[in-house]
Amino acid sequence: MATVETRNIRKSFGSVQAVNGVDLSTKEGEFLVLLGSSGCGKTTLLRMIAGLEKPTSGEVLIAGEVVNEMPPRARKIAMVFQSYALYPHMTVFKNIAFPLKAQRMGTEAIRQKVEWAAGLFGIELLLHRKPRQLSGGERQRVALARAVVREPAVFLLDEPLSNLDAKLRASARDELQQFQRRIGTTTIYVTHDQVEAMGLGDRIAVMQHGKVRQIGTPMEVYDEPADTFVAAFLGSPPMNLMEGKDCLVGFRPEHFLPKEAFPMTGAAPVPFRVTRLEYLGADRLLYGVLERPFPEQKVIARLPSTVSIPIQPGERYEFVVQEKDLRFFDRDAGHRTEARPLVAQFA
Amino acid sequence: MKLVQGTAPVKVASRRVTFAHLRDREEWLGPLMIAPAILYIVLVVGFPFFLAIYYSFSDITLGSRSLGFVGLKNFAAVFGNTNFRTALWNTFVFAVGSQLLVLVLANMLALALLKDFRGKWFFRLLILLPWVAPISLGTIGWLWILDSTYSVINWTLQALRIIGPKARLIWLGVPYLAMGSIITVHVWRLLPLATVIILAGLSSIPRDIHDAAQVDGASFWRHYFQITMPLLLPVAMVALLFGVVFAFTDMTVIYVLTRGGPYDTTQVLASLAFFTGVVGGDTAEGAAISLYLFPLLLAVAIAFLRIARRSEVT
Repeated sequence: MATVETRNIRKSFGSVQAVNGVDLSTKEGEFLVLLGSSGCGKTTLLRMIAGLEKPTSGEVLIAGEVVNEMPPRARKIAMVFQSYALYPHMTVFKNIAFPLKAQRMGTEAIRQKVEWAAGLFGIELLLHRKPRQLSGGERQRVALARAVVREPAVFLLDEPLSNLDAKLRASARDELQQFQRRIGTTTIYVTHDQVEAMGLGDRIAVMQHGKVRQIGTPMEVYDEPADTFVAAFLGSPPMNLMEGKDCLVGFRPEHFLPKEAFPMTGAAPVPFRVTRLEYLGADRLLYGVLERPFPEQKVIARLPSTVSIPIQPGERYEFVVQEKDLRFFDRDAGHRTEARPLVAQFA
Repeated sequence: MKLVQGTAPVKVASRRVTFAHLRDREEWLGPLMIAPAILYIVLVVGFPFFLAIYYSFSDITLGSRSLGFVGLKNFAAVFGNTNFRTALWNTFVFAVGSQLLVLVLANMLALALLKDFRGKWFFRLLILLPWVAPISLGTIGWLWILDSTYSVINWTLQALRIIGPKARLIWLGVPYLAMGSIITVHVWRLLPLATVIILAGLSSIPRDIHDAAQVDGASFWRHYFQITMPLLLPVAMVALLFGVVFAFTDMTVIYVLTRGGPYDTTQVLASLAFFTGVVGGDTAEGAAISLYLFPLLLAVAIAFLRIARRSEVT
């Protein structure tokens, strides 16, 4: 087992800065998720850690040792690719055995290890098949088994679930986490799917334009976003941001509820005109605009089905947000600032 | 597309067959467009081929006016001939030797050209040049390069002091040198096509597969022999098939450089068939010689295509 660290790592392709100075360090046995939209540099960062891409500057450390000059095979890492990258001409057995053969392990030892790895993922019965005879979920398990088999110090996973259908993805997510907890290997996981990131990660590093905007537990990045990008990137629908006098005021749609839902609080009522309603079963999404004294701005409210107050599009309602659920951001730089009274912002 | 039968407008349309109408009728358009190709193959390949088969079972000569059926007599007579057996052996040496070299060199070139470097297009152009030049012209160039008096190779070897200042290698006049020379020229000529085919095969292997092999700890040779080569096999088989058929049936290089000499040491079946059947006038025997390897080539072609299909990967 080992930790991974990057120090001010950069990578440019021509004039494009793919990764722009990332400092990152995992804890022992941690499940760290790199989250960002496509093109944010998360895969490039992972490939640099794997040694498949050479950093333009900066250092990669694995187990405290600078590995910049080491080829991938010397780094004691295993990687699972988005396409799984199974060797199409080899059977499942040979696919899983390949990393061991490269280590010149004996035939009998290889057989035992392959059977052990296949057992971990329940694919013992597929060992004689070729990859093209497998379903998407089975291929993904083979790819994981191939990664585990030589007991690497670090796992690198590049969107391993994105080629599975939605139903399979949920169960694969569950299995993946259980498996990681069991073997306790430090894991770096790249995804653009925030549900995956929130559900799997011990910590999440939110990336944008080659930079890490915030790194923290799922709770931290969701509840205490470091800036407006993280606030708007996480959550679906994202955080509402209102322009106040000298700052931006943010609140989550699920914290913006009819006054009747909070009979006890003394929070100031916010007039809200609902223009559209989406019924999603578990929730109702209300799209609408704020009214004076607040700026006439579009916001979204998310009412859980337990709040059964009837709402009609076109009507005006009094909503509230509790003070503790308000987040304040700098108007220009976008970073978090200290809390201040709401009323003063819109007087 | 099927037209509705039995209605008045359709009858009118079918009477006036203009090109615009033809365009929409695949059952006519398809055959019409493939017809020139079929005609070409029937006239230029099929007809001579069956004529050759017919001749090889007959007693026809260039001067005779009779055409009697003699069964397998020509084939038996040919095989009893020492010249034929020498040519048969030479054919295998020439074909196998040149194809081995082509495969190895084409792989090396393709691997090199896959990498990004400055001026890559220029090297690609250079490598393609032998294929673009007419075969006979290129070979005549080689005739000068290998000339016994003016050979630029001898001159270079002398300048580099590898051979003495008065020494001369008679490239086309000494048996082993002559075979080496024709193999070299044949390789030079087939290399571009093989390189392009293998380059296409290499670039069709997904990058993830190479990355995975690298992460899995494969050394260069393991990576090449256990990942790249098996994935390249279907495409390489096609290149090899072209090369083998070419080497077994073509005689341009030999005709221009050595005419089968010295002492028949570079005579191959294709050139022997030409010298016997066309120059020597024994049409029946020439036909028999040229058809001798047909069953073998057919078997080789079927075997190669089967391997290519079996190793095809999704």
